[in-house]
Formats: sequence, structure tokens, C-alpha cells
Amino acid sequence: MQTPFPMLITIAWRNLWRNHRRSLIMLAAIAIGLWGMIWMTALMRGMVDQMIDDAISTLSGHIQIHAEGYLDDPSIEHTLPGVTQNPQLHTLLNSQQVTAWSQRIRVPAVIRSERDIYGITLVGIDPQREKGLSFIADSVMDGQYLKSIDDKHVLLGRKLIEQLETKLGRRIVIMSQDPDNNVAERGFRIGGIYDTELQATETSYVFAGIETVRKMLRMGSGVSEISLLGHDYRHLDGLAIEVRAAAGAAETKTWLQLDPYMASMLDVMDGFIFVWFGIIFLSLSFGLINTLLMAVFERTREIGLIQALGMPPGNILFMVLIESLIMLVIGLLAGNLLSWLTILPIQDGIDISGVAEGLEWAGMSSTLLPAVKTSDVLLANAIVLVLGVAASLFPAWRASRKVPVEAITRIWQ
Amino acid sequence: MTSTATTLAWRNIWRHPRRTILTIAAMVFADTLLVFMLGLQFGQYSMMIDNSLRIFTGQMQVQASGYHDEPHMYRSIPAADKLAQRIRKQTQLDAVSPRAYGFALISSDTRTIGAQVSGVDPHYEPRVSTIPGLVKQGRYLGGRMDNEIVVGSILARNLKISPGDELTLLGSGRDGSIAATVSPVVGIFESGSRDIDRQMLSMPIDTFREVFSMDDQAHSIIIGGDRDQADRIAAAAKAALQGNEDLLLLNWEALLPGLKQAIQADFTSAWFMYAVLIVLVAFGMLNTMLMSVLERTHEFGILLALGVRHGKLGRMIITESAVLALTGMLLGMLAGGLLTWYFLVNGFTYPGMEAMSERFNIPSVFHPEVSIRSLLPGPLAVFIATLLASLYPIWHMRKLRPIEALQAV
Repeated sequence: MQTPFPMLITIAWRNLWRNHRRSLIMLAAIAIGLWGMIWMTALMRGMVDQMIDDAISTLSGHIQIHAEGYLDDPSIEHTLPGVTQNPQLHTLLNSQQVTAWSQRIRVPAVIRSERDIYGITLVGIDPQREKGLSFIADSVMDGQYLKSIDDKHVLLGRKLIEQLETKLGRRIVIMSQDPDNNVAERGFRIGGIYDTELQATETSYVFAGIETVRKMLRMGSGVSEISLLGHDYRHLDGLAIEVRAAAGAAETKTWLQLDPYMASMLDVMDGFIFVWFGIIFLSLSFGLINTLLMAVFERTREIGLIQALGMPPGNILFMVLIESLIMLVIGLLAGNLLSWLTILPIQDGIDISGVAEGLEWAGMSSTLLPAVKTSDVLLANAIVLVLGVAASLFPAWRASRKVPVEAITRIWQ
Repeated sequence: MTSTATTLAWRNIWRHPRRTILTIAAMVFADTLLVFMLGLQFGQYSMMIDNSLRIFTGQMQVQASGYHDEPHMYRSIPAADKLAQRIRKQTQLDAVSPRAYGFALISSDTRTIGAQVSGVDPHYEPRVSTIPGLVKQGRYLGGRMDNEIVVGSILARNLKISPGDELTLLGSGRDGSIAATVSPVVGIFESGSRDIDRQMLSMPIDTFREVFSMDDQAHSIIIGGDRDQADRIAAAAKAALQGNEDLLLLNWEALLPGLKQAIQADFTSAWFMYAVLIVLVAFGMLNTMLMSVLERTHEFGILLALGVRHGKLGRMIITESAVLALTGMLLGMLAGGLLTWYFLVNGFTYPGMEAMSERFNIPSVFHPEVSIRSLLPGPLAVFIATLLASLYPIWHMRKLRPIEALQAV
């Protein structure tokens, strides 16, 4: 005789609440376990997203094109013809697939004020094109952003200003090397000061108009690099192939190829999230199996009785599984709710500037934005649900294997 | 009486062997994980610190006040060689070496690059830095007065030079005068740290002083030695500094604040994970103890009716959970210690480690630490949390009245 399915659910539901304290404790454990899974992954994902954003906006872009040999030896000797010289590339860059692009000259240089002297990277930019591509367009806090490609001013980071003991409007001298290996030198007036999260960026880069830099270096229309943004930083392979075809002999690389550290961080993160889910689930499963074993044990007589009345062992197994499933589902609902309620207030980011220098060391900025990814939340729920039911098989199987006569005659305890 | 309570508690625990084993297993699982993770973290941290300090920074440094924040050439240490000698005497340590730093435009035949020049004492430098031992081509610096240079490998590649070539240095001296010299390159070093290899070259300190108009000054006196002895060395070095109010002794935390904070940030986020784990185990224990109390309601009723006081029953329950928690803790420490010890001997690595290790100057194989500070905190936290969890069942039991309890099935 088969017990109707709705009745099994009713029995399971009532069984669950016979010992409400025990069930509530287990529900709380499931909810907290899920909360821990979602929170930890949201924080770690947020951290990595931030690192990637910073890396991409610090002049890397999604894809970069360089002259052959530039990456090994970033000097003025290795330049590319400008984009306008290459109609195929120009068309591709202006197509729908590319959201922003720009070309730059980027060379090692030395900056000198009246007080001190430092090594920097001089970046000649097209000020209009950098908007939406790199950080510099919206980071100038004092003074003014560059107006055109032949703007005579330079932009310095705030930390570099301090180190050089100079200030806005003062003159500094920049020295570099021209294509014939002569020293190229030129005085500039400081037109703007920019702020970034990372001090290393502020001391490394000095920005000037690309035409001004070309004149200073006595060079033609060449560029050091072309940088562009696609739509999604994780899926760039298709675009990279097209860019590579159009760019010809130049070296075309995605940000993942340019920064193996970031790429490996992404992998380590994915691996870590799996391990973390596994650990949480294992610690949950001990409690889950225990609770169900107890629930089955204290009902030994009763299970024997319904078996004697004709309920097949398969149904008893099913009944216990349903009980565990209900518990898991309610626990997960509570856990998702709890995660949502606790992440909502910190959507705008957590200030962790107390350890800013350490984070800077690892290339991170000091505000942490939790990043809740639907796929992570679904994975966390699925792991608890599927493995949870699997773990309940053992107690359920034990319940179904009780021999009716022995079970009934067994006295309480 | 005490022994009766203990015997009772012990027997009660084993009334449900399966439940007890599962509860202990949960604790052992968490403890093992905590011991291993902490051991791994501590092992990783000391490796990061040692490797970072060994290359160039040293255990501590003497600097003129203000130099560390804003390294201007004029913030220097007067009579640095004599002071270094005094520190060597006070600390009874040979690993004390003065250094001076300057910035110059470096030109080879085909390239011009700005880089940091450090003036080092060729005799003492190998005792505070690993760079002299990492010369891959040519040799390290010879005498203090020799006019020669060693260059970082990436800088050498960018300058397109090899040993035997000459470099022109152009910078400004301490007094603002022009500092210029032409020196032959005698060696190329590869420290493994990209930053150092890309932007550093060294020359003998007396030559440096002549070029940069430094007299007998230096910017920093590097003190090496063992990190275990840091306190003793620091005290002795401080004594040697007496009378020089302008000079500061900086330890590694002050020299590399980024490293210290990176360790703190990592440690804090790790404890968030550990806390979740500990809470989950505590919930398991709470459930077990609550069950074992609830199912004995009838029995407690009889004991109460026979005149046993609530306090005594409470003590018995506490003993039960303490025995459970203690067993879990000891087994967990044992299992965690063995697992960690295995990896201490065989090394531990994970995919993606190579790129990370290059970034942070650490080998890609870890050797976790087995010590009190890695063995104890995790299991102890689990122990305390599980004991706290058993308070609820006791509080619940205290409300029992004999008659009602006896009526319970």
C-alpha cells in the first residue's frame, strides 16, 4: 500500500515541529551557515572586483596594443603608428564592440623641482579620449584637467607634489630620452593635482598632452600604446582576436595577460570559494545528521507501528527525507533573508582605511564594496540543499530498516 | 560524591554513542581545520617578513628623523661610520652597515633612465642584505673607495648593458651641487623583487660620498641579525644612539608598514571565517546537549523527587559537556597537529601560488608552523563556545518541577 504524497508531507511537517527547540536550533545553524557562505564570498568578490577595477582604470584598459618589444623595454624606441594610420583598426575601435579607446605615449622620465628629483613615467594623453577609459579624467582635485592634446600643462599626483616640495602653478623640469638617444628636456607648469586611492599611482605617473610630449621628445606621430575597453572584463577573447588581426605585427594583450598576478587572484578566489562552501557544509552536516538520527531514534516505536500497519519502508525513507528537505528549505530562506538584510546597509562600501597601507601593498583600495553575485548565492543554496538531502539519506535509511516487531516492543529508551 | 557525578556524566554521554561520536567529530573537524589554517598563516607571515627584510631592509634601521616619510638627501646621519662602529660594539653584532641613497639620471650608450643609487659598505653589506650574494653576472663591489657599480637585472636589461660597460651618473649632491661620474659596471644582481631589480644600483659608499658631496654621512644604518633577538639588539642599539636626539631607531613594522597591515588585514578576515565555523560547531553542541536533557526529563523528575538539588543536576550536565568538549579539543589538537606537522615536513602549495609568491617575495611552497600559538587558540575557542552553548539546556532544566517532570513521557 502506498501512502499518498500529500499525507507524507503533512506527517513530515508535524514531525518537524514535535520538538520545536531542536528544529529551531538546526534552522538557525543552517541560516548562519548560509549567511557565512554568502557574506564571505560577497566580501572576497568585492575585494577582487575592486582590485581589477583599479588595475584596469590605472591605464591598463581591457586590451592594450604595443609595439613589438615595448613591454620588455618600455622606451621611446618602440612606437606604433597612430590609429589613424590603420583604417581597419580605426573602424574596429569605433565599432559597437569597443566602449572607449585612446592612444598614449608612455616613457620613463625624470622630474626635477627646485628641491628634489625623482624617476617617473611620463604619459602623453589625448585628454578627451581618456574620459571613461582611465582614472585620470575624474581624479584632478586641484587645478584643471588637460584641455587638449597640445595643452602646455602637466598633471602630478598629490604625493609626488609633496615629495618634490612644489605646488600648483609652479614649474618643474622633465627629462627623458628622444628617439636618437639624446636627452630631451622641457619645463612645464603644474596645471593640476590628482588624487588616487593608491599612493604608488600618485608618485608614478605624470600626465601631459600627447602632442606636447611628442614635441618635447622630437618624434613624429607615433604612439607607445593603444588602450581600449570592451563590454565585460571576463570575456575579451573574441574581441582580442579581432583587435590582433587589425593591429598587425604589434603585440595585442588583454589585461589578464598583462597582469598574471590578477589573473591568478581570480583563479585562487574561485577555488577558495568552493573550499569555503565545502567547509561550511561539512560543519553543518554533522549537526544535520545528528538531529535527524535523534528524531528517528526517539520515534522507533512509532515507526515500527506505522510499518506494522502497512507503510512500506520506501515511504518511511521518503518521509524522513521530506522532513530534512523542509528543514533545509526553511533554513535557507532564513539564511538568504539574513544575508540580504545585513548586506543592504553596507551597499555603499565598508571603510577599511585602518589597514590602507597593507591593502595598497596588495594593490587594493581602502573602501570595500561587497559584491553579491547571483551565481554564488545559487551555488551556496544548491550545495546546502543537494548535499544536505544526500547527508540525510543515512538516518532515513536507518529509519526504514527497523524491524516492526522489535521496534514496537522496544520500551521507551 | 564528585566521582559519582563524573561517573554518571561519563555514562550519560555514552548512552547514545552515535550522537556523541558525531558531536565530537564535528569539534575535531573544526579544530583540525583551525589548527592547520592558523599554522599555515603564521608560517606564511614569518616567511613574508623574513624574506622581505632579508633582501634589503634589514631587521631595523637608524635614520635621521623625518627621512623615512620624506627621504630628502639633506636629512642624513652625521659621522655615520663611527656610529655604525659604536652600534657593532654595543650589540656585539657584525651585521651593521651604513648606506646612503641618491637619485641620478643613468645613461648607457643607448639609454637614459632615472634610478636610485645606493652607496653601500662592500664589507658589511653582505651581512645585512642578500643582494651581494645574488649577483648573477660579474662580481659584487670590492673596496670602499673603488669606482664601480652593480646594477639590478631589469635595470641592466633596460639600459642594455653587461659587466664591463660604463655608466654615466648625473644627479644632484647633498649640498645642491651637480653630482656626476662615470663608472664601470662590475656586476648584475637579481634579487627576485621586481621593484628592486628595476630601479636600483649600488656603488661603494666612499665613492658615493665623493660624488654626492656627503662627507662622512649616511642616510641609514642597517642592522641585521636574528628576529628572535630583535628586542635585545634594539635595546643595545638605542644605548649606542644616546646623545643623538635627531636619530631614530625604526623596527620593521615602521620600515614596512604595508607588510604589517597586510598581515593584520589577512588575519582579521581569517577570523571572520573561523568565527562562523566556531558558531556552527557550537550550535551542534547546543542541539546535542538540549536533546540529552530533554529526553531525560522523566529521569530528572525522579532524581528531583528523591531530593537531588537542581544545582547538582546542573553540575552533572556541565560535567557532561565539559568532558565532551575536552575530548573534542584534545583529539582536534592531535589531529590538527599531525596534519600540520605532515605539511611542515612535506611543504604545502596550492594552484595560483606562483604568481602570488612573486608578488610578495615568498617561496611558492609553504611550511606551516606547529607551535602553541597555532595549536591552542582555535581548539580553545571551540571549547569555550561549546561550553557556553550547554548553558541553555541547564537553564531550561532549572525550571523543572518534580511532579511535572515525572508526568513527562
